[in-house]
Amino acid sequence: MSDTEIADIETVPVKRPTRWHIAVFLAPAFLVYTAVMILPLIETLRLSFFNIVEGQLAFVGFSNFQTLFGDPRLSADFWNALRNNVIFFIIHMLVQNPVGIAIAAMLSLPGLRFAAFYRSAIFVPTLLSFVIVGFIWKLILSPIWGIAPSLMDLVGLKWAFAPWLGKAETALIAVSLISVWQYVGIPMMLIYAALLNIPDEVLEAAECDGITGWSQFWKIKLPLILPSIGIVSVLTFVGNFNAFDLIYTVQGALAGPNGSTDILGTLLYRTFFGFQNQMGDRSMGATIAAVMFLIILAGVALYLFVIQRRMRRYQF
Amino acid sequence: MTRILKSILFATTVLAPAGFVATGASAQTATLTIESWRNDDLPIWQQKIIPAFEAKNPGIKVTFAPMAPTEYNSAVNAKLEAGTAGDLITCRPFDLSLAMFQKGQLASLNDLPGISNFSDVGKSAWSTDDGKTTFCVPMASVIHGFIYNKKAFTDVGVQIPKTEDEFFAVLEKFKKDGKYIPLAMGTKDQWESATMGYYNIGPNYWKGEDGRKALIAGKEKLTDAAWVEPYKTLAKWKPYLGDGFEAQTYPDSQNLFTLGRAAIYPAGSWEIAPFKAQADFEMGAFPPPVKKAGDTCYISDHNDIGIGLNAKGKNLEAAKKFLSWVASPEFADLYANAAPGFFSLNSTPVKMTDTLAQEFVSWRQNCKPTIRPSAAIVGRGQPNLDLEMWRVSANVINGTQTPEQAAAETQKGLDSWYKPAK
Repeated sequence: MSDTEIADIETVPVKRPTRWHIAVFLAPAFLVYTAVMILPLIETLRLSFFNIVEGQLAFVGFSNFQTLFGDPRLSADFWNALRNNVIFFIIHMLVQNPVGIAIAAMLSLPGLRFAAFYRSAIFVPTLLSFVIVGFIWKLILSPIWGIAPSLMDLVGLKWAFAPWLGKAETALIAVSLISVWQYVGIPMMLIYAALLNIPDEVLEAAECDGITGWSQFWKIKLPLILPSIGIVSVLTFVGNFNAFDLIYTVQGALAGPNGSTDILGTLLYRTFFGFQNQMGDRSMGATIAAVMFLIILAGVALYLFVIQRRMRRYQF
Repeated sequence: MTRILKSILFATTVLAPAGFVATGASAQTATLTIESWRNDDLPIWQQKIIPAFEAKNPGIKVTFAPMAPTEYNSAVNAKLEAGTAGDLITCRPFDLSLAMFQKGQLASLNDLPGISNFSDVGKSAWSTDDGKTTFCVPMASVIHGFIYNKKAFTDVGVQIPKTEDEFFAVLEKFKKDGKYIPLAMGTKDQWESATMGYYNIGPNYWKGEDGRKALIAGKEKLTDAAWVEPYKTLAKWKPYLGDGFEAQTYPDSQNLFTLGRAAIYPAGSWEIAPFKAQADFEMGAFPPPVKKAGDTCYISDHNDIGIGLNAKGKNLEAAKKFLSWVASPEFADLYANAAPGFFSLNSTPVKMTDTLAQEFVSWRQNCKPTIRPSAAIVGRGQPNLDLEMWRVSANVINGTQTPEQAAAETQKGLDSWYKPAK
């Protein structure tokens, strides 16, 4: 009896069943993601090499890109949009992320009262629809019905009010700051989580060495949250160069006045879908989309291969 | 409990379609959808026009599906290409609809019963360049001018301005008085500056059709004095606009006027119905003032709206029935009175009851009508002349561009693609 059992075990090789369940569980996400993300992306990139020649869609090589950068009007529009987009990004990096880090640092202070309330209140705008945010701010800043002029009047600052959204010099800054207001919750949350992850022993050790307050933040906490700041910067970069919605709701597709708030997203929208009497141009739109893709790809690659590798990580 | 649930499920899933089939059997229902940019007119269509048609054609149901005006063209184009557009397409005048027809998206309506109710001029906005094929039933034209608050005029004690000097004198008086904003217009949405500004006052300078045709023929340029001067006049509007007009949107301007806070509204006649519904003061209208007393006046009387047949629609027969009703004098009468300010293009004269609309239409007797200069032929290329004129008109009023720069920029854009036939 026992002999045969042993023999059985010896003769049957160890057979690992094919792990079908991995494929089965991955399939839905893979299929959906391929259908709604990867295929359209490839199709867009493909379309940027095609154009309508004598009524037929034909392969034209790089001629769409040549037109985009060579045609005086289109290239002027493109560079204008790119410049505005860079300013849009810089304002986010200079305002949104430092403010987010500052708020997170304050929230993580032990003994702060109502911390949970502040945290939620600051995060709520991020959850709001951009349409709501756009309309609320348009109304607040409206020189006719808005509360901004009267509120500023109360503190004697009426002279400083201007129709910011309607002036070419200020519109882009105003829209950027609205976007900052909406999304400041994201860096705050990520940095806050990173700050909470710093072990108490490290901070206590710092305190024993006499490092407290501001110098503790600069010397201990900031180096420890640098990786999170890196991630936040990449998210900001990708989000800003893909931005469209807020500008569209606040300034319209023309991104006025005089194209001063036109960023790549709105330029793409007008080119691809057309606007009012301007007809949509699918190929040129796809070309702009391809350029946007390359810009974002370059930015993310720069971060991954140059910055992230040099970043020091600390093990606790 | 489960039994109740089951019976509810049964009722909703099995009986409801049964009921649907029953009504369907009694009369074969075709549902027509009208694509339109006139979202301000939704109540008019739902309460007046569609019931009138459905009462006569029991088998046909009509839905009016409007969307935001600036998004209309791109959205309807995308829908047409994807094959999801409604059976009836509201037609923008001239080049835009022509492009749709050339792509085979709009069907020819030459043999539509009732299309003969329109003159060639009426059909011109929706016919091929040779005038042989018409692809939309003309619905209405709109006239530009100024609507004013009669109460404000008596309050401040001014008369309707006839000449430009008088016009600015009136504005100055309102500004001094301080109770009313002299002119209700903003530049944020840009199109107001061109449509209610440049296209409104311009015809007096470029002499209406003469100038427009000369531009198409290449005999005049946008940098000529006749085309630059209206920008100069527009630039002079700036001090009379409300505080923060740079951020004032189109609905803001409408509300400022209907709330009685502004005296004069540079208008298109399409405002009449919504204004009548909202303002509780008497309104009057005057045509764009001429330069010197006794000059011939020109007005922008623009074929603005037509309705065409989606060539790939599902209910072609029902849709044709609707279109020939739109071409009938009955519809003309109904529409012109339900939507005062949209003036019928039908050859049968229409009696309008609205006094403000009558005022607008009365200018046709003395003034020479023309259409918007950027609409036909010169509006076909890239960059789009209409959009360019929006932008530069707003710039000129904002003071960020001189009239000469504005004109030069539009001409440069036009030169880049348009070669007038010699």
